[in-house]
Amino acid sequence: MSTQSKMTTRVAASKMMESDDQDTVWIEQDPLIDRIPRWVAMLGLFVGIVGLWYGVTALGIVSPIVLPSPAETWADILFVGNNLLTGGHMLEALITTTLTVLYGFAIAVFLGFSLGVLVGETKFGERAVMPYLVAIDTMPKVAFAPLFIAWLGFGISSKVALAAFIATFPVVVSTAAGLYAVSENERFLFKSMGATRMQTLIRLKLPIGLPYFFTGLKIASVGVMAGAITGEFLGGGQGFGALIRVSASQLNTPRVFSLIIYLSFLGLALYLTVVWLQSKLIFWNKTDKVGGIA
Amino acid sequence: MERAVTEQSLHDAANAKPAAERPVFEISRLTKTYHRNAFTALSNVNLTLEKGEFASVIGSSGCGKSTLLKIMAGLMPPTSGRVVLDGRPVMGPREDIGMMFQQATLLPWKTALENIILPIEIREGKAAARKYRTQAQALLDLVGLSRAADVYPSELSGGMAQRVSICRMLISDPSVLLLDEPFSALDELTRDFMNMELQRICMERHATAFLVTHSIPEAVILSDKIYVMQSNPGHVAEVVDIDLPRPRKLDMINTNKFGSIVAHIRGLLEQEGQI
Ligand SMILES: Nc1ncnc2c1ncn2[C@@H]1O[C@H](COP(=O)(O)OP(=O)(O)OP(=O)(O)O)[C@@H](O)[C@H]1O
Ligand SMILES: [Mg+2]
Repeated sequence: MSTQSKMTTRVAASKMMESDDQDTVWIEQDPLIDRIPRWVAMLGLFVGIVGLWYGVTALGIVSPIVLPSPAETWADILFVGNNLLTGGHMLEALITTTLTVLYGFAIAVFLGFSLGVLVGETKFGERAVMPYLVAIDTMPKVAFAPLFIAWLGFGISSKVALAAFIATFPVVVSTAAGLYAVSENERFLFKSMGATRMQTLIRLKLPIGLPYFFTGLKIASVGVMAGAITGEFLGGGQGFGALIRVSASQLNTPRVFSLIIYLSFLGLALYLTVVWLQSKLIFWNKTDKVGGIA
Repeated sequence: MERAVTEQSLHDAANAKPAAERPVFEISRLTKTYHRNAFTALSNVNLTLEKGEFASVIGSSGCGKSTLLKIMAGLMPPTSGRVVLDGRPVMGPREDIGMMFQQATLLPWKTALENIILPIEIREGKAAARKYRTQAQALLDLVGLSRAADVYPSELSGGMAQRVSICRMLISDPSVLLLDEPFSALDELTRDFMNMELQRICMERHATAFLVTHSIPEAVILSDKIYVMQSNPGHVAEVVDIDLPRPRKLDMINTNKFGSIVAHIRGLLEQEGQI
């Protein structure tokens, strides 16, 4: 064993001797799956999935009521898009849902931030408020929907309440976590400069906690969509959720698909706005990126 | 800065004693017990810092060096004993104490210059801080970072960041500098260089400095006086006077005298290990 390795070394050494004025450049090869450019990978995956979808429906493996063909769905997407662009009833529904989502998000951010500061900054919040928040957070929050409808009626406010209720908790937790993220040295630095509690909070703890806060906002932006749509399923009204429910009950599956796709644009827009705001605000920390989009 | 100078001169006048004779820092019978775990970190520590003096404290890990420094800086109250700076008891953070930590601890959303004037901004507001910009630039020149004023900390090397934090410590013109292993996170060469810089800055400004360190050679090359601490509970075992000539140079490390001082201190530290 050892003789062999010695021999190999000698061979390698003599090879180097032969050409010791040449560069020893060598190429590091990534496996094929890591070398595919993003657009090719995305397009390929899309084509693959639609192809599979097409095959399954064309061969009649599943009934069109369960899964409509890609062509049918595409036609419906165009139809809904046309309705939205020409100001049809679906546009009204979309506006209703968008408003629900935005109001819910705003309330969640405001409440979540305030409670998060209370929990993260004061011992009272940490000792007394946090246990209750954790207890509520572990409940299935959707189960509160009938309560909100009973309290606030079938209008938009009960949906806003459910959306905000679901989205508040991640903001609380992430805001508090951000305030805890300050290091001992940083606290001592501010103390040694004679900073007041308020100065320490505003000039040190909140900026340090910003990346955490934004992580909470991203989770909230997803939660607020789920809350709004669930509210519309259960409470009826004007929104996209109600449209989806009606279409589903009429077995209009292509419509359900295309409505979901337009909804996902709404969710994506909110999410990307948060990501954009984060990159503008936290210019000093660019490491919090996943796949170049988050 | 001007304010500090006035206070200082008023104080001098009141005391009617030449500054050089009066100890800057006086610590007597200092004891600290953390009540969280009833651990006595310091027991009966006495020490005196003269104006313009460079003193170090050295001791094994956990012997209470950082605790001592935090109490001196007014960041933490003592359990018993007396801590007096410039004739006034230290009962909280003070403007005339400059502090430096093991990490540079710069705020990443502020430029080097903005970081330097942060202490003024906190104490006197944004408007006052703006007036210190030229002074901050002068300090950057002093530490050899003239062109780093508008650079953000993420673009600074470890040594550069520590130099910026030196400037931040100096901007309020403190009468004492408390340094808690300021260069221990840096590589050996940078560290030697920074130590010489520190000596130069202290000599230029006639600053009084108190340095916590793990490194015996570092303590010897920089100090007039070394407090050797032992633990359980933390106390000063011996005060070693270093009478090597100033300014100190790195090649003094190779002299016999330096060697024998280092050996003596090492003996004191090892003696503790055998108990
Ligand atoms: N906040 C605290 N609460 C309780 N015990 C503490 C606290 N801070 C420090 N101690 C204890 O006090 C002792 C001295 O700690 P200190 O940080 O002063 O040591 P040190 O000499 O600076 O050590 P090092 O060289 O590792 O920095 C240690 O045993 C430590 O466990
Ligand atoms: Mg320490």
